[in-house]
Amino acid sequence: MHTDLSVVNVIKKFQDFTAVDSVSFDVEKGKFFSILGPSGCGKTTLLRMISGFFEPSSGTIEINGKNMAGIPPNKRPVNLIFQNLALFPMMNVAENIAFGLERQKEKRSVIKTKTGEILERVGLPGFENKKVDQLSGGQRQRVAIARSLVLEPAVLLLDEPLGALDLKLREQMKIELKILQTQVGTTFVYITHDQSEALVMSDHVAVMNKGKFEQVDTPRNLYAKPLTPFVARFVGENNQWSARVTGLDHNPDRQTALIRTPEGNAFKTIMRDRLEPGDEIDLFLRPESIVLEPDSSIETLNRFTIIVKSILFDGANSRILAQLPESEREIQISLPQTRQFDYIQPGDRIEAGWSPESGISFLREKAIL
Amino acid sequence: MESGIGHIISQRKGDPMKPGIRWGLVIFITPVLVWLTVLILLPQVDMFIMSIRAKNELGEMVFSIGNFKLFFLEPIYWRTFARTAIFSILVTFLTFLITMPIAFYITKVVSPKFQGFLSVLILMPFWVSELVRVYGWMILLRESGVINHFLIKFGLLNKPIEMLYNDATMIMGLVYTSMLFMLVPLLSALESLDNSFIEAAYDLGGSVWSIATRIVIPHCLPGIVSGSIVVFMLTLGNYLTPNLMGGKNGLWFTEQIYNQFIASFNWNQGSAFGFLLLILSSGIIWMGLKLTKQTLGKVVQ
Amino acid sequence: MIRNIPQTKTYSRGFRLYVILYFVFLFAPLVVTCILAFNDSMFPSLPWKGFTLEWFTGNTMEMTGIFNDQINLDSIWVSFKVAFFVSLLSTFVGTMGAFLFEQENFPFKQLLFFLMLAPLVIPGVILGISILLFSNTLGLFFETHFGLDVGLFRPGFWLVVLGQFSFITTIVTLIVSARLKKFDHTLEEAALSLGATRFETIVHITLKFLRPAILGAMAVAFLMSFENFNTTLFLVGSQATLPINLYLQVRDGSTPVINAISVLMIGGTSLLALVNLYFSKQER
Repeated sequence: MHTDLSVVNVIKKFQDFTAVDSVSFDVEKGKFFSILGPSGCGKTTLLRMISGFFEPSSGTIEINGKNMAGIPPNKRPVNLIFQNLALFPMMNVAENIAFGLERQKEKRSVIKTKTGEILERVGLPGFENKKVDQLSGGQRQRVAIARSLVLEPAVLLLDEPLGALDLKLREQMKIELKILQTQVGTTFVYITHDQSEALVMSDHVAVMNKGKFEQVDTPRNLYAKPLTPFVARFVGENNQWSARVTGLDHNPDRQTALIRTPEGNAFKTIMRDRLEPGDEIDLFLRPESIVLEPDSSIETLNRFTIIVKSILFDGANSRILAQLPESEREIQISLPQTRQFDYIQPGDRIEAGWSPESGISFLREKAIL
Repeated sequence: MESGIGHIISQRKGDPMKPGIRWGLVIFITPVLVWLTVLILLPQVDMFIMSIRAKNELGEMVFSIGNFKLFFLEPIYWRTFARTAIFSILVTFLTFLITMPIAFYITKVVSPKFQGFLSVLILMPFWVSELVRVYGWMILLRESGVINHFLIKFGLLNKPIEMLYNDATMIMGLVYTSMLFMLVPLLSALESLDNSFIEAAYDLGGSVWSIATRIVIPHCLPGIVSGSIVVFMLTLGNYLTPNLMGGKNGLWFTEQIYNQFIASFNWNQGSAFGFLLLILSSGIIWMGLKLTKQTLGKVVQ
Repeated sequence: MIRNIPQTKTYSRGFRLYVILYFVFLFAPLVVTCILAFNDSMFPSLPWKGFTLEWFTGNTMEMTGIFNDQINLDSIWVSFKVAFFVSLLSTFVGTMGAFLFEQENFPFKQLLFFLMLAPLVIPGVILGISILLFSNTLGLFFETHFGLDVGLFRPGFWLVVLGQFSFITTIVTLIVSARLKKFDHTLEEAALSLGATRFETIVHITLKFLRPAILGAMAVAFLMSFENFNTTLFLVGSQATLPINLYLQVRDGSTPVINAISVLMIGGTSLLALVNLYFSKQER
């Protein structure tokens, strides 16, 4: 497969502060690649280095196999969609889209055709003479993308372009953007702090924290098999629990650890890292991997008692906020939409359980947590 | 914003938009430097040098503080100077008193329908040359003027009186001339004052007086200061209005300077006066800024 | 108190009366000046002796209208020329100044910024005499060292232009800076990302964005120059500008021809003010 963008060991330092620390990744042609991270993690800096607004302190960036060192942004085969879109307010839609083509000294007739075609493609046919401030949020979005796509860049870089939209529109644009990307086949590099955007749209997601990539993987794997506690916390909801390893269960096909929580619950969980008795671990449990009032017939299940604190109704995303008896620890548990648990009231004492396969455990980080 | 730090630093160095020699900087700074050096800085320095030189007994130019000494020894000079300063402060204060209610009325009281029209109307006269405005007042106020004509016609006066050429008229003229420069910053300061603050204060039981002194004026302070600075400076440096409307024996300091330069042709003495006026104007402005805890950079914004 | 708070009758009536009085005070001198321009009298005063246009078009010994008054016409033309050059020059340098102070960083920027603001604090009269002195010094220098007699250094047309330029450029810089502050720099980056060069970016994006402010500043510069008196007073040579010329006439007794000139000036400046207003509206 052809590699469109290749980043090798890129470091960016601002005086004493290292914004991007030894980042390497490749993006294959036609893929949707996202960089997901909290604000301040260095993702915008990375994107600006790819687009040419910053030079890396060290490391190389190759686009289409060509080293980009020293090449200014206006000479790179990439385009950047800005957070605020940066549509030119003094020009109409057509002039905005034509701007890049004019810089390439395209013929007037060609510009006109291309502008029409690209507007059609983003679903805004006939919008040529509209003023930028007459457009709705979603339309502005599409004009910004059209303005860049019309130049047929090798890679399109997107800097949280959905950030300014309201929730409903954002959901809708997520899907549209994904479809558009598949249609045009341009490589997208998308940065966001919104995990749902990254998971829904991307072929691959890099999770970034403090200037480093924690994990680069498919959305499915990021969710199911996070490699670091940060990824486990950042991607999807998780209940975090500390525990101590009390013993190991050497089963031939899977390794299970026996653990005990400070509250006194004894659980079994599969091991990812090698653990020894006495190790302190962090255990992560997805709200949906905890079962309410499990059937007594399932033997392998870890069982524990909870006290319901409140019901957080949120449609398909409804939860129970619960507490362990005689403990401050809070746990969120997904509420299935079968209405079979409608009888549960705050204050109820009920049983919950989880399967050892769904536990995600990490050796406790020695440093700050 | 995570790009914040990067932005600022990249503007300073390593910005790919400005490689090697920063041609942008060179192109922008050259005309500005020429302008400020040749037309502002060097002339002021030259004026200062002129002011500390005088002819000695042999008619040669030598270093001397005589020009400044004369200023303090000759009562007419320093009295005019003090008079100009005090009247300028008075004019500034009066201008504020007169225009503040107007600015408040236009921004907060009158219905929004008339707001645009009134704010255009109120600024219109000031686009007209100061000379025309002063001339208008002269036609109104002089002995054969329009006001005297009507007063006699209606039997309120037996014979015309001269209303020009006294201090009160001159002060009125100076206030009239400077009102624009107070109005504009006041209007924009009041424009930026959210009505809900006044409503909240009213709701909490504030009186007109307490709302004015605790809410409106503190909010407008930067505007008031910048308006006052400009009004004060323009009044202090005004020549036209005091010259045409003021009394024959009530001199304005700029007239003294003019006399030294044009009538007596004593440029060194004139320079010393000019320098003193410059010190006075920047000194009082500096004090005003200190008292209200503002900076010049902020005030002009 | 304010329009959406109930107010007492005395408060609103008193306030309205004050505003009306203020407007009378504001417009009385201008209105009277304009009316008396059409009075068929030898003096700009009442009583009303009938309507006439003689002070505009007249061409007799007693009543020379402005259109036949060569001295005044000349001074209007001089003022136009001065204002033309001042507005052109100060708009150019002022725009450069706005770019310099808003977009560049350099050592002693703050110091230069304060120097740029200095003309706001220096009285116009002082600016005038200091430039007169300095040009005289330069003139002497060139004469004694090179035997050159440079006309530029003597009071006259170009010295007036330079004198007015020296402080009007500050105003232009501030007007254009205010607009440039509102400029979103990602627009420039977007243009670069779309393949524009730095120069193309400035021409197509930044200057286009600034255009209303630049044109507005130019109009302001033109007006300020046309009406300047204080600075011009010391720099003027044999070619008097209109305000200087009017001043001499007003001081030494006047005829209604000055009213006629005033009518023209009020009309002209109002027109220019409206044009400026139109551009500043467009800016929003």
